[in-house]
Amino acid sequence: MANSMPATADGQHGSDVTKRDFLKLVTGAGALVGAGALAWPLIDSMNPSADVLALSSTTVDLAPIQLGQAITVVWRGKPVFVRHRTPEEIKGAATVAQNTLADPALDSARVKKGAEQWLVVVGICTHLGCIPIGNKTTEARGDFGGWFCPCHGSQYDTSGRVRHGPAPANLAVPPYAFEGDTKIKIG
Amino acid sequence: MAGLHKSDFANPVINWIDTRLPIFTMMQKEYGVFPTPKNFNYFWNFGALAMINLVIMIATGIFLAMNYTPHVSMAFDSVERIMRDVNYGWLLRYVHANGASMFFIVTYIHIFRGLYYGSYKAPRELLWMIGVVILLVMMATAFMGYVLPWGQMSYWGATVITNLFSAIPVVGEHVVTWLWGGFSVDNPTLNRFFSLHFLLPFVLVGVVFLHIAALHVTGSNNPLGIDVKSPQDTLPFHPYYTMKDSVGICVYLLVFAALVCFAPNLFMAAENYIPANPLVTPSEIVPEWYFLPFYAILRAVPSKLGGVLLMFGAIAVLFVLPWLDTSPVRSAKFRPIYRNLFWVLLIAVVTLGFVGAHRPEGIWVVLGRVATFYYFLHFLVILPVLGKLERPLPLPESISRPVTSGGGGPLPGGAAAKPMEKA
Ligand code: HEM
Ligand code: FES
Repeated sequence: MANSMPATADGQHGSDVTKRDFLKLVTGAGALVGAGALAWPLIDSMNPSADVLALSSTTVDLAPIQLGQAITVVWRGKPVFVRHRTPEEIKGAATVAQNTLADPALDSARVKKGAEQWLVVVGICTHLGCIPIGNKTTEARGDFGGWFCPCHGSQYDTSGRVRHGPAPANLAVPPYAFEGDTKIKIG
Repeated sequence: MAGLHKSDFANPVINWIDTRLPIFTMMQKEYGVFPTPKNFNYFWNFGALAMINLVIMIATGIFLAMNYTPHVSMAFDSVERIMRDVNYGWLLRYVHANGASMFFIVTYIHIFRGLYYGSYKAPRELLWMIGVVILLVMMATAFMGYVLPWGQMSYWGATVITNLFSAIPVVGEHVVTWLWGGFSVDNPTLNRFFSLHFLLPFVLVGVVFLHIAALHVTGSNNPLGIDVKSPQDTLPFHPYYTMKDSVGICVYLLVFAALVCFAPNLFMAAENYIPANPLVTPSEIVPEWYFLPFYAILRAVPSKLGGVLLMFGAIAVLFVLPWLDTSPVRSAKFRPIYRNLFWVLLIAVVTLGFVGAHRPEGIWVVLGRVATFYYFLHFLVILPVLGKLERPLPLPESISRPVTSGGGGPLPGGAAAKPMEKA
């Protein structure tokens, strides 16, 4: 604006017109900023509220989870799978060649060191949000031994990594920490 | 009197109002004497039917809302209470739920009518685009309404559809959290969907008003697709088309009533009579039938973002259709090649509907891809090119001539028909 002022001032228009144009522009811009400022509270009111955010941690007792099984716990309204992996599953997950993965990630980066038998992942398919099956050994687990999504056929391995589309990404690992040997706190 | 409208109405009360607010004059002009092409067939009924349908949805919806509770722990039960305990609640709900299906049947016929007779072409481009906006708002309304009974399909349909937005690069996840008001579809989501489901139909009323206003500037298209040349080509809307519309409305209400009384659950998924369970996904998630072709397009490519873009693209092409179709001739009646390709397109869309209802396996994947490919080929390649290559049949000189001569074809004199002038 600082640039356009002198340019229009010595243009062909009368200086009155220029001044009015300028005032219109400033008024319009002011109104727009004001409207934006008023719209923001409306828009932000739709974001998660304080009480929703407050419910953000869950404690899980690992003791009852049998080897080879997984359980579902609820964290922030989402299912979280906690899986007790067998030694073969851990080995299988750790030795996959990274270049065969759609979303490369090391198994060691998805579990806690020294507690490799515990895999904790958000049980929501990264395609369109269905809940994959495979927590029980009797359920279909897909070709990679992890989980199978019934909605559009995505398959995950024993590290929760996507191995077959359409899901674009691995099952997310939520933030969690051990509280003693058989207890974790998610969130 | 200065500043007052001069009214011709004899009734003193109407006259008094009309001089101060000339709504009666306006109605008389727009719906009474309004000059309307005299050769409409019954496909021209469907706009009026859609309007009636919107009124029915609003009327039943308002009374449903008096008994509905938008809370995750009470929504399902409140709908069951409407069905069992509220006086005529079952009727309200069945009319409303089947009304949504009727609305889409009517609207889809209305749209394909426009495609066949070239109603989207100049000068009716904006009228057509407003129509596409109506379709979008209708879809959003129906989607959010379907979530309200909070059954399994409600919940998982809401989850899958809102997750479409997570395909947006970078901000996708934030957009989805914002839509949900939390970290999954939950009570805040149900609350806002109820609020918006209540609001959007009234937005529709406004957009429909613009649609009609634009229509009354250009006037209606007609089965011949040629312009009105003289008053001889038209009839006053009342009583001629008020009557023809009334006949259509009776047939429409018969079909509607038969659906509500004899097959009220025909279009409803049994799964939706199971209360929503956020921890168990039904083995098969199928949207309402009117979304199936779009759902099939979504799944046609093995890429999340690609599928979402294609799905929205399927509607976006309708927006720019007036500029994609390069033929100056409107009605398919005079376009020998387009007339056939119209049916191929219709078959492709219906095929997509069937594909959307099946798991994407085996033959359904192939069919889905071929039909999706053809859908876009039709709009993006065939229509632009065909307009330049196709040799249209000679157009009749005016609407009255073929009508008064008793035949549908052009008169010998019309053989030297000039190409349609751009209005
Ligand atoms: C464009 C117009 C509308 C469409 C397409 C539409 C569509 C729908 C659909 C598909 C359902 C789910 C039916 C079921 O399976 O139970 C529904 C439910 C509902 N709608 Fe609408 N609706 C419209 C207008 C309205 C209006 C104007 C209101 C209120 C003012 C309303 C209030 C409700 C309520 C309270 C429910 C939940 C009860 C039930 O599930 O039957 N709707 N709507
Ligand atoms: S939601 Fe899991 S594959 Fe689509």
